[in-house]
Amino acid sequence: MTRYLGWIAGAGLVALPFVYQQPYHLHLMVVILLWSFAYTSWSVMGRFGLVSLGHGGFMGIGAYVTALAWNHGGLTPWIGIPLALLAGGILALLVAYPCFRFRITGHYFALVTLALSGIVLQVITATRDHTGGSLGYTPTRHQGGSSLYALQFTGKTTWYLIALAVWGAGLYVWYRVDRSMMRYALEAISEDEDGAAAAGVHVTAEKLKITVLSAMMTALAGALYCQYQMFISPDTVSGISISLQMVFAVVVGGIYVSLGPTVGAVITILLAEVLRISFGTRAVGWDNLVYGILLVLFIVFLPKGIVGSIMAAVRPRRAGRLAV
Amino acid sequence: MAILDVFLLEALINGVLLGGVLALLSLGLNLVFGVIDVVWICYAELIMFGMYGMYFLYTVYHWPLLVAAAVCIVGVGLLGVLLRVLVIAPLLGAAPINQLLATGGVLFFLQSAATVMFSIEFRNLGLRLPVLKVAGMFISYSRLLAFAAALIGMVLVYLFLARTYTGAAIRAIAQDRQIMVLMGVDTRRIYLITSALGGGLAGLAACLLVLQYDVHPFVGLSFGPITFLICVLGGLGNFGGGFVAAFVFAELISLGGLYLDLEWGYVFAFVFFIVMMFVRPEGLMARRS
Amino acid sequence: MLELRSVRAGYGGFQALFDVSLEVRHGEAVGVIGPNGAGKTTLLRVISGLIRPTSGSIAMEGVDLVATPAHRIVAVGIAHVPESRRLFPRMTVEDNLKMGGFLPSARAKYQDRLAFVYELFPRLRERRRQLAGTMSGGEQQMCAIGRALMSDPKLLLLDEPSAGLAPVIVEQVFDLVKRIRAGGLNVLIVEQNVRQVLRVVDRAYLLKAGSIRAAGPASELLASETIREAYLGV
Repeated sequence: MTRYLGWIAGAGLVALPFVYQQPYHLHLMVVILLWSFAYTSWSVMGRFGLVSLGHGGFMGIGAYVTALAWNHGGLTPWIGIPLALLAGGILALLVAYPCFRFRITGHYFALVTLALSGIVLQVITATRDHTGGSLGYTPTRHQGGSSLYALQFTGKTTWYLIALAVWGAGLYVWYRVDRSMMRYALEAISEDEDGAAAAGVHVTAEKLKITVLSAMMTALAGALYCQYQMFISPDTVSGISISLQMVFAVVVGGIYVSLGPTVGAVITILLAEVLRISFGTRAVGWDNLVYGILLVLFIVFLPKGIVGSIMAAVRPRRAGRLAV
Repeated sequence: MAILDVFLLEALINGVLLGGVLALLSLGLNLVFGVIDVVWICYAELIMFGMYGMYFLYTVYHWPLLVAAAVCIVGVGLLGVLLRVLVIAPLLGAAPINQLLATGGVLFFLQSAATVMFSIEFRNLGLRLPVLKVAGMFISYSRLLAFAAALIGMVLVYLFLARTYTGAAIRAIAQDRQIMVLMGVDTRRIYLITSALGGGLAGLAACLLVLQYDVHPFVGLSFGPITFLICVLGGLGNFGGGFVAAFVFAELISLGGLYLDLEWGYVFAFVFFIVMMFVRPEGLMARRS
Repeated sequence: MLELRSVRAGYGGFQALFDVSLEVRHGEAVGVIGPNGAGKTTLLRVISGLIRPTSGSIAMEGVDLVATPAHRIVAVGIAHVPESRRLFPRMTVEDNLKMGGFLPSARAKYQDRLAFVYELFPRLRERRRQLAGTMSGGEQQMCAIGRALMSDPKLLLLDEPSAGLAPVIVEQVFDLVKRIRAGGLNVLIVEQNVRQVLRVVDRAYLLKAGSIRAAGPASELLASETIREAYLGV
């Protein structure tokens, strides 16, 4: 029964933009879907105790490499995005390999990744001659803004469908990982690394695989965000705030559940919109303020997140070990 | 050639001066981690609030500088205690990563609270300290002062840890938590004292940093990540390691800033960090993993 | 002076002590012997407050220890030398001793107590600036006992003092316990090494699988069959 529910809901989502055309709401949906994809990407490794506080860095790389390749290199995003994914993957490898090889986990790993996202932000600011620094950066419009070659579209419907597809793909990846041997290997690793190694698991390799996957997915999220919004700045796509926002959303939604990050995205984005509308321009900072308090409260009282807690109540499953 | 040497020497000296303050920062973080086993990700944000405190007390309300500094040190010390009581203590039974994430929430909260309360404008202390000219080099007096104060602060902490009973208890608790009870030590009190001390060090750092840099809600991003890298490289909880690493990073930043923009200095430091991880992983092994 | 009545204690779901009752009278040295896993360490832990009993009463000179917060128990006059010494490895011998004298009442007497401990253990004075973790097993044991003595206790709890030590050192340790005893200190020793401990104590209890199986003067127990049975299952 629940399987059909999923398909029905999916069909409904696909049909939505053809039935309901309000641009503002469609815009919200696109933003929610893109961020859900980003958060899901984070949770792909976060659920195994590999808590990275640096995914803002990967998102930033995804966004900026795509934009720079287009503006400076004239490379269509169809090439630019793979380049961005490659860049994200390489950076992930460079940072994660020594961490995993030398058993840098837990606190250490979180701190190193935190510093990573901070450094990416610094690099973007430092190369201000090329990237516009903190003022932001805009990919140049091609042919009036609607072009498959430039991956730019003016119609919200098109973007909605793209975002929906990517979001669906993200969930698909999540499911594939969930049902793979990699999942058991990583769960064993998160519980007892030495034990897992003794049992024949290639600890470093498994951790690297999931990290690179997660990083590349996040970079894709950044790239698409750039193409959609047509404006990026260091604080909106990279940095510690973005990294923490990701963690926050997944914690709120539920880290061990596939739709958890999506629920988290819905909550955080709607919350931000509500605050923005009620406070107007005075809302600057209020949404993060509320996030901060909620994050602390959630961690203290509902570590499994909303979806996770509901599911644990309805269908008790094996409780999480290392992470949240 | 001669001019280049002078600039280089100046950068080296400035690096040492910066290193002193960074060493102070890493001491505070290491102290809290070494004793309580939690990393306060929001440490830089505590400092940020201390800097705002100095700005308001000294620049806006015209309190004497030293009084304002004392109040800020105590104030941030109290923030440390509040952090412990409201956020960390309720999470004592949970996975350690939860405590880390909770301090992340506090980071968010503090940055946004500052944005809401003070707006994102840059504020300057407005204290014009002279710039000394020594052998063709320009050394800012505020940097020298900050360096001296940082050293004094660290010496005081050292004496406290080495000579007093409470200091001995703090060192001991980091090595064997469970048997502290047998010595008659109330571990909760020690944690509170350590939190206050960690906060107080942040407050001191705030006073020193505000002499040299403007404050704004996101100023923590300038030295937070670097402090984390320093502590990780020196070994979380390892005071000596953090001390050395602080100066190494400070030189990298200073020299990087000499030849390129300041931000590149941070990039160098991070690249150096990555390289060090490959080359000398023992430098990253703390007493506790 | 120390009285346990029907004490039950354990770890989580696992119960280690079942209705244990024993006492240490003034001027006595008492031993608790028994095979591995009998609950001997748990017994000492429940007295010194490292773990709390689930039921039963523990009183020291009339003071209810169960109602006392764990970190105040040492102030009542009980000092516990834990199993495997548990020194602070990266602190010097002298700092370890200083920690032993953390109690306000002990701080006032710090110099006297330090002199007392150094007199008892001259080797510790030689090594007082050495990091405790770098010393040999026997030296660590002396340091651990010295640390416990710094609080000027009325009752000393010794947990398996012979563990991990060479027989020659074990002899020395128990000679030392005799000397301390002769100085007027009450001692409760928990030990696997029957011969050594029964040399030193007046009375002993036999603990097996969490219950007291036998009790009596040391000489009697030494001669009895019960002990052999308990240890060897014969």
